Amino acid sequence: MILLIDLCYRNGSLGFDEFVRPVARIVRHSGNDVIPVHFRSLNDHTFSRAEAVILCGTPLADTAFLAEPGAFSWLKETSLPVLGICAGMEVICTIFGGTLRPCTEIGMTEVSVIGNDPIFQGSGSFSAYEIHTLACSSKQDLEVLAVSDQCIQIVRHPDKTIYGVMFHPEVRNNWVIDRFLTCSIEGSISP
Amino acid sequence: MRLGVLCSGGKDSLFACMMAMEREEVACLIALRPRNEESYMFHTPNVSLVPLQAEAAELPLVEMPTEGVEEEELEDLKAALVCARKKHRIEGVVTGAILSVYQAARVQRICNTLGLWCFNPLWYTDQESYLDSLIGNGFRVIISGVFSEPFDEKWLGRPLDRTSVVLLNQYRERYGITLTGEGGEYETFVLDAPFFKKSIEITEALSEYHNYRGFYRIIHARLVGK
Repeated sequence: MILLIDLCYRNGSLGFDEFVRPVARIVRHSGNDVIPVHFRSLNDHTFSRAEAVILCGTPLADTAFLAEPGAFSWLKETSLPVLGICAGMEVICTIFGGTLRPCTEIGMTEVSVIGNDPIFQGSGSFSAYEIHTLACSSKQDLEVLAVSDQCIQIVRHPDKTIYGVMFHPEVRNNWVIDRFLTCSIEGSISP
Repeated sequence: MRLGVLCSGGKDSLFACMMAMEREEVACLIALRPRNEESYMFHTPNVSLVPLQAEAAELPLVEMPTEGVEEEELEDLKAALVCARKKHRIEGVVTGAILSVYQAARVQRICNTLGLWCFNPLWYTDQESYLDSLIGNGFRVIISGVFSEPFDEKWLGRPLDRTSVVLLNQYRERYGITLTGEGGEYETFVLDAPFFKKSIEITEALSEYHNYRGFYRIIHARLVGK
């Protein structure tokens, strides 16, 4: 089971349909069960059944999750694979010592992979959909795997299977989610 | 949260409106009326009848004329949103965008500039499930324009019902259309929705069709009790 965490300002918001449901479709399509949970409703039981976790994005104006870092302290302890998308990457950056700065990208952006990683190997550069007004600083305990002209696009924790992507892979880059799940669950990457 | 729904008169914007009503407060509909039928952003067939839909739904309408020229029409949209914020105190905007990054990104940018929230509740939805839900929820929708192969004249004014969806699925497989018409293959007009207090009855309409391109122009329509 893949745990999808809704980071929107409240449970059952319109943002769920836009940022959680499309990710759930991709995960189900890859043959996995999905349980979506709002970030304020997480407990030990939800994590106990999960094989991997995806922190989903939020509407552009929705940064309420940043005011509640305590809700994400589990990231430091978890051994589960985690993929943070946009808002999810912002959470990962702040939990692992990074800071956020104003940086707006809306629409398709070129992402250049600069690091070696099993998920992103062979990707070179690709076009990705972005909607964010914040970006992660580079002074953090995370490896930078990809950048755009404006900001860091992909990070990875050096010791855990924790990734953050600034773009929205559920739009035109399903392969990112597919490879993350393959890597996480089967421990291998499809050619 | 008080929201304004960007409304073209078609199924996607009004289904998004229903979703917004279920979660938040819809304060008004917002319509751009392009004079240019090739409008990049705003659907044109029968958009002049959005006021009748607003009346049927008993929702206020903010309507703004636009020349329908690429980029310039974004300024008109911005003006419409500013007007909606002033008149109806909206905090956010809802669109019926499904797949169009072009459309969604432009609205997102304007909302960001104005400090408004932007919601696209149908974004990357499962199109087959969506159409099933649209029909199952009691929306009455007709085809108001066709713009691609293999749509013939008989599609103009045709109800978007389960039989039509079967055919659209065949077209998707054979001709690669998007099932919901998001690629501009066809346009729709909503005659009734679950939240309409009255429904729309067409009393006079005219079909214009040539070479896989046609409009179903509603000349006269009125509201009738449900």
